[in-house]
Amino acid sequence: MSLLEIRNLSVEFDTAAGPFRALAGVDYTIEAGEVLAIVGESGSGKSVAMLALMGLLPDTATVTADKMTFEDIDLRSLSAARRRKVIGKDIAMIFQEPIASLNPCFTVGFQLDEALKTHTSLDRRQRRDRVIELLTAVGIPEPERRVGAFPHQMSGGQCQRVMIAIATACNPKLLIADEPTTALDVTIQKQILDLLTGLQRDHGMGLIMITHDMGVVAETADRVVVQYQGRQMETADVLTLFENPSNPYTKALLSALPENATGDRLPTVADFARDYAKETQAGTEARP
Amino acid sequence: MSDAILKVRDLKRGYEIGGGLFSAPRLLHAVKGVSFDVERGTTLAVVGESGCGKSTLARMLTMIDAPTSGSIEIDGTPIDIARSGITREMRQAVQIVFQNPYGSLNPRQKIGAVLEEPLLLNTSMSAAERRDAALAMLAKVGLKPEHYGRYPHMFSGGQRQRVAIARAIMLRPRLLVLDEPVSALDLSVQAQILNLLADLQDEFGLTYVFISHDLSVVRYIADKVMVMYFGEAVEYGTRDEVFENPQHDYTRTLFAATPKADVASIRARLEKKKAAAG
Amino acid sequence: MTDTPTPAVSVEAESRNATRQMLAEFWFYFSRNRGAVVGLVVFVTLVLVALAAPVVAPHDPDMQYRDSFLTPPFWSEGGKTAFLLGTDAVGRDILSRLIYGARFSLFIGLVVVTIALTGGIVLGLVAGYFRGWVDTVIMRVMDVVLAFPSLLLALVLVAVLGPGLVNAMIAIALVLQPHFVRLTRAAVLAERSRDYVVAARLAGAGNLRLMFKTILPNCLAPLIVQATLSFSNAILDAAALGFLGMGAQPPTPEWGTMLAEAREFILRAWWVVTFPGLAILITVLAINLVGDGLRDALDPKLKRS
Repeated sequence: MSLLEIRNLSVEFDTAAGPFRALAGVDYTIEAGEVLAIVGESGSGKSVAMLALMGLLPDTATVTADKMTFEDIDLRSLSAARRRKVIGKDIAMIFQEPIASLNPCFTVGFQLDEALKTHTSLDRRQRRDRVIELLTAVGIPEPERRVGAFPHQMSGGQCQRVMIAIATACNPKLLIADEPTTALDVTIQKQILDLLTGLQRDHGMGLIMITHDMGVVAETADRVVVQYQGRQMETADVLTLFENPSNPYTKALLSALPENATGDRLPTVADFARDYAKETQAGTEARP
Repeated sequence: MSDAILKVRDLKRGYEIGGGLFSAPRLLHAVKGVSFDVERGTTLAVVGESGCGKSTLARMLTMIDAPTSGSIEIDGTPIDIARSGITREMRQAVQIVFQNPYGSLNPRQKIGAVLEEPLLLNTSMSAAERRDAALAMLAKVGLKPEHYGRYPHMFSGGQRQRVAIARAIMLRPRLLVLDEPVSALDLSVQAQILNLLADLQDEFGLTYVFISHDLSVVRYIADKVMVMYFGEAVEYGTRDEVFENPQHDYTRTLFAATPKADVASIRARLEKKKAAAG
Repeated sequence: MTDTPTPAVSVEAESRNATRQMLAEFWFYFSRNRGAVVGLVVFVTLVLVALAAPVVAPHDPDMQYRDSFLTPPFWSEGGKTAFLLGTDAVGRDILSRLIYGARFSLFIGLVVVTIALTGGIVLGLVAGYFRGWVDTVIMRVMDVVLAFPSLLLALVLVAVLGPGLVNAMIAIALVLQPHFVRLTRAAVLAERSRDYVVAARLAGAGNLRLMFKTILPNCLAPLIVQATLSFSNAILDAAALGFLGMGAQPPTPEWGTMLAEAREFILRAWWVVTFPGLAILITVLAINLVGDGLRDALDPKLKRS
């Protein structure tokens, strides 16, 4: 059985200009121990899907799905708050802005301890040991000293490491990483990606990487879902996708990579987008 | 080699930090003595990670901040804003495009006014002439005349960056500093903006100083590359020299860290993973 | 205007469209707040009534009807339909006085806010834009003003200037000033380092243009909200000064002054104090509701995606 299975998920937002369909019937399946990349540009609905899963969307959103199961729990019948309680321990999420994701008023150690307190029954001393262990696991130097540090005393890369430590504190079965390295430098990005894939491999977690960066996809993913304007374009394993993309949008996206440039000018996705808009009459959905 | 439009020699910029009531301020050098030349009509890429001083360099080149020491010479004219202030001619020589297209346009200013402001302040053109110039520039950067009267929030990131580029070249500068102009944009939009920049360079003979952290973009657009690390230029040479044969350790680390999206690398990674699992 | 060729017409039309769309969007968010719409309706009614006071008011506000001192409202025992809300101790119609009083209250609010807003914007812009010692001097002076209880300071100012409506308005404006200065300064500090300001500076904009044309329009949203809230504050303070005998002088039908005159009849004739009090309450509430709605509509942080 799959770890997470979602069928025909749609999300609609109420806005000033009328309803806006952010996600139109997408499917995701992820097995235990697998790395799935959801790749798309802004407006592709790649983050919305995972926020819907976690019940983190604002009230203006309407979520519908034919199927939404985690292991054998049907998530559709649970309220957002109840859902977080049920799956909060088993699904963890990290976000793009590591410094903004940590509470600036509390020390790193306190915030890690809080996650453990909520989801485990460890006593004070055990939690303390576990905090040090987690910080060591994510590669923070001198963890005994750093537990007392505040987020602003650490660099962006270190904050992201702490976020990862918090996320993996309860050994989740699924980790969702929403653009985890976009705000970081390349050399730090490399370290964080290695850390994530390393933890994923060691713990046999499922990992969903939400990203816009084809390079990140190529470096981490087993399977890839390509999205465009709230629709699923293609689902393929990573090698097939890069070697032999079947969808015109994927092809366009790959050829727009500067490293794949052959001529004087880069081919762009615009031509594809024009055809696509014509095909689906998506005029109302496309933003100006 | 003689046709250098921009000559920078031993440029330094320090900031005083700290300095409370009793402690003396410490001097922090953001840029520690950088020298380079840029030839007319070419692109120099400045590469580095956050905190390496590349944005400080951009601010000095565009005369936003004055250097602590060293010299900048544009087209044979020395630039020294600390002593002589900024003249109209100097302003027309250099312009900048910022990284974040959402912050670089005034939310309360219509696009037409955005484009006309430099003309209004620096030329004696009439309102009708300015308007024609703005409309012509909109067409040049791939926008439509009806965009003239709209507000920035009605545009996508890519379109805003087009507007920002249009504003920067309204005064026909000789040198354009591009501070991470595509790093906030989607991949497909990035390609369009890079193409636009190439078109404009051909048409107006523009010289670019292109600041970026993205090596794949740099490799595509640059003629010369300078790698900065903690305020120093650790590598400076033509694109091929730098990419084929990097001299400094940091440059090599940077190359190794850049994700590779080619099929061979993916295959190698998957093999390795399988080997580790099996 | 210059004659416009055919393509230019569409450019102009599009420009008007953009402006209209901004207004439509503003109204969409404003109208989502029910309270704000109700407040707006009440406020607009009040303005109309105040403007049309001579037409609407059943009696002259200063006319004393010697045969009907302290007549209760028409639904109470002994009330007359000629005096819907009753009369005061010298036989003046309360309803008419309230209607004319609305003129004073709105006038006070408008003048006070205009003075405080103009001064606040100029001082705040200067302080936030230039920083340095200018900033320090302006802000410390404002801190001193803020350190006094506002009504007390207003009282002192009126005592120095002499009692009267105009002096009361000046005093209240001075007391409200620091809030505008601080708000403007904070907004300017947030905006001045934004890229678009740097871009305008590179385009050759001078200090004045940067301050008033580039930065100021982007700082207006919180100021407008503060202005509405100060509007009601001004009315309240003016009423308080009037009540203490330091504001508008009798027989001016100002609401606070009316309350002051009615003080001795509180126990005998409830209507003489209730209706001016209610008028103040409703007006202030309506304006504050509008202010809340404006904040929702103008603050982009609260906007839903």
